[in-house]
Amino acid sequence: MENLLLQALNGLASASSLFLVASGLTVIFGVTRIVNFAHGSLYMLGAYLAFTIVTNLPRGHAGFWGGVVLAALAVGAIGALLEMLLLRRIYRAPELFQLLATFGVVLVVQDVALLIWGAQDLLGPRAPGLRGSVELLGLRFPLYELVLIGIGPVVLGLLLLLFKRTRWGTLVRAATQDREMVGALGVNQRWLFTSVFFLGSALAGLAGALQLPRESVNLHMDLATITEVFVVVVVGGLGSLPGAALAALLIGEIHAFGILVFPKITLVLVFLVMAVVLVVRPRGLFGKAQMAQAAVASVAEPVLGRAPAQLKWLGFLALVVAVAAPPFLAGDYALIVLTDMAIAVLFAASLHFIMGPGGMASFGHAAYFGIGAYGAALLTKWFAAPMVPALLAAPFCAGLAGVLFGFFCVRLSGVYSAMLTLAFAQIAWSVAFQWVEVTGGDNGVLGVWPDPWATKLNFYWLALGCSVFGTLALRRIALSPFGYALRAQRDNALRAEAIGINGFEIRWVAFVLAAGFAGVAGGLFAFAKGSVFPTALDIPRSVDALLMVLLGGVQTLAGPLLGALAFTGLHEQLVRATDYWRLVLGSVILLLVLAFPQGLAGAVRQWWDSRRRA
Amino acid sequence: MQRYTLEAQGIQKSFGGVRAVDQVSFGVRPGEMLALIGPNGAGKSTCFNLLNGHLRPDAGQVKLLGQDITGLAPRRVWKRGVGRTFQITATFGSMTVRENVQLALQSHRGELARIWSPAWRLRGGQADTLLERVGLAGQARRPCSVLAYGDLKRVELAIALSNNPRLLLMDEPTAGMAPQDRVGLMALVAEIARERGMSVLFTEHDMDVVFGHADRVLVLDRGRLIAEGTPDEVRGNALVQEVYLGSGFEPEPAEEPVEC
Repeated sequence: MENLLLQALNGLASASSLFLVASGLTVIFGVTRIVNFAHGSLYMLGAYLAFTIVTNLPRGHAGFWGGVVLAALAVGAIGALLEMLLLRRIYRAPELFQLLATFGVVLVVQDVALLIWGAQDLLGPRAPGLRGSVELLGLRFPLYELVLIGIGPVVLGLLLLLFKRTRWGTLVRAATQDREMVGALGVNQRWLFTSVFFLGSALAGLAGALQLPRESVNLHMDLATITEVFVVVVVGGLGSLPGAALAALLIGEIHAFGILVFPKITLVLVFLVMAVVLVVRPRGLFGKAQMAQAAVASVAEPVLGRAPAQLKWLGFLALVVAVAAPPFLAGDYALIVLTDMAIAVLFAASLHFIMGPGGMASFGHAAYFGIGAYGAALLTKWFAAPMVPALLAAPFCAGLAGVLFGFFCVRLSGVYSAMLTLAFAQIAWSVAFQWVEVTGGDNGVLGVWPDPWATKLNFYWLALGCSVFGTLALRRIALSPFGYALRAQRDNALRAEAIGINGFEIRWVAFVLAAGFAGVAGGLFAFAKGSVFPTALDIPRSVDALLMVLLGGVQTLAGPLLGALAFTGLHEQLVRATDYWRLVLGSVILLLVLAFPQGLAGAVRQWWDSRRRA
Repeated sequence: MQRYTLEAQGIQKSFGGVRAVDQVSFGVRPGEMLALIGPNGAGKSTCFNLLNGHLRPDAGQVKLLGQDITGLAPRRVWKRGVGRTFQITATFGSMTVRENVQLALQSHRGELARIWSPAWRLRGGQADTLLERVGLAGQARRPCSVLAYGDLKRVELAIALSNNPRLLLMDEPTAGMAPQDRVGLMALVAEIARERGMSVLFTEHDMDVVFGHADRVLVLDRGRLIAEGTPDEVRGNALVQEVYLGSGFEPEPAEEPVEC
């Protein structure tokens, strides 16, 4: 009984800090419609800045709380700067491109923090006067946690007052409902957006700063937090403050009690809850359908044409080089990189299939890659299957997962659908991580070696063959009547329905196909590495795929190919050349986003077209 | 031969206590051009959506060629032989004009499950024939996203014709068009309807279009059907005159803002 009470209080404390971060994210989304991946980075910066400021200020109440507030304000200023320099330029870009930009910021911030504060965890000072604990019904509970529990509701109250009682708050609420209209009424939207970013970022910074006495400050705080906060915001309903509060409470308590009740599936639990909420209430607990959003005319995607003859020859030539050159390359390293590239191209092409022609965003495509990889690896481990049957099984395992997960994901649209894909991917990841008896957990599945005939070179050719065949197959499907129907439901759902197209079925089949091809890539990956770890289906891998597709450009069929090559090549070179590869990669992403909003392939095509016209 | 191509029997729909469509019954005869008119808010759009499957009536029945289609999804209504155009044109912007029509034809023939054959090889000739009929042969290779509004209306018409419909539903077919183009488009629709023996049910604000092309006219007001008859009968109907501006029959302004 006492234990339960203690857990409930612990749950409240983490709910409180979750809410602080989530409230910032949800306010920013409500007004700007940007899903800010960098929100976790702002939270991390809050913690680091608070560490520096508090340790440099004189000890005592003023030093500690002053430091916390200063850190929050500083993070708010950083957020505002981010909005003015970067996001302001891309409000009109597609949703996913904004996401890519904010992910670039995540990478940059990670390395900047590494540069300034170093790699080791930092232990901050405890809050003065709150070091002890209090007696509650005969239980000792840390005083600081109790204060934290109080801060959440206080901030919620202040925010609600701010939004209900001030002119600024009224404008923000109006902009959340219909930003075009607010603009038409003569409100200076620029400053409204910047100030909202300031507030949201300051809240993230405050939450980070308040963590100082609770846990060490480290470089993993950003991604660990952002996933959790995404869950909270989506469960609560994007843009809803009370929703965020309720969801934070729910998630915080599930965390606390999950450990007691289901210790084996703690990691899965939160995402299961999110999946259930989204299936039952597609817009979260308090989310509303965005009427104004639908009216915004989207930029028409360009017509998919057959590639110009010169481009075909260029592609053919590149393929010939890719097949014929490797035997003359010195060393295994080049072969390993080339194999990785072939796998990456297929993986990216499979994601592109649902993102481009399908118009569906997926934050969890790694699930199908990883399930393919685990499928092949577990077959060899438990049933001693040879390589070829194991490879053939991979797409079926992934496809089966696609049938199940896709059924739910393709019912939703936009960010909600993307978040549900993320939830399913995290569920798959948690199973791989926690079902130690079968998957080996964190230690992975080892000894997944190719058949003896598959030397490094032969395996490369095999991977290249699968990749080329898979990519061309996806292209062929995209240009079939089915592919046209897929694009039709993306272009205009009403019209598609009115000519007899069942959008749900079409999207579902496309999702399963994409999962299957991702599974092929995953199976190859397992044998290329000789092992599979849970990282094969974690969030960074999903993000890698997103980066490849977005870098290459969503609108062209050649996009994922270019994107995968550019990303893998860049990544490989950078990791070898510098410890700060994230900084470089992030900066490159930011530059690309600002310079080529249609991605690499789109930019090349535009250049090509303008040259032909000239 | 059925007496009616489409028949509505006592259809009814309320939104939060407001009866948008109240006990409306009528029939569309084979081969006729039937106009549905009424002031703003009379329930025309709701009535239309009850027929095409976007809304399910609270009560009443919709019959197509004698078969009950009440509450069927729009795509199933289409499969039974109803083509439709939208008030705000709806086409696929990432495809050429020809591809738009080809896709509709492929869907009609049940060819969308073919994931391994190139789409451009299927139904191209038929698409060209349809495009020629609506006067767009020269625009076939252009993307829909760059077309002029009047041409988009014609693309929609070609798409709507691709399932050889027995009935064409047109929601404000000439809204947003220049006055001289309106008559041209409706004359084309009337001609095609005659050729094919197809019925057309359309809502319209432009009275020139209504009285120039409709064989019969239905008048809705506040969700109720208040008059039905030939254009001349309706023009002389006192109740209709009352509804439209109280006295003297004045057509509504031609540049009606698009209802949302």
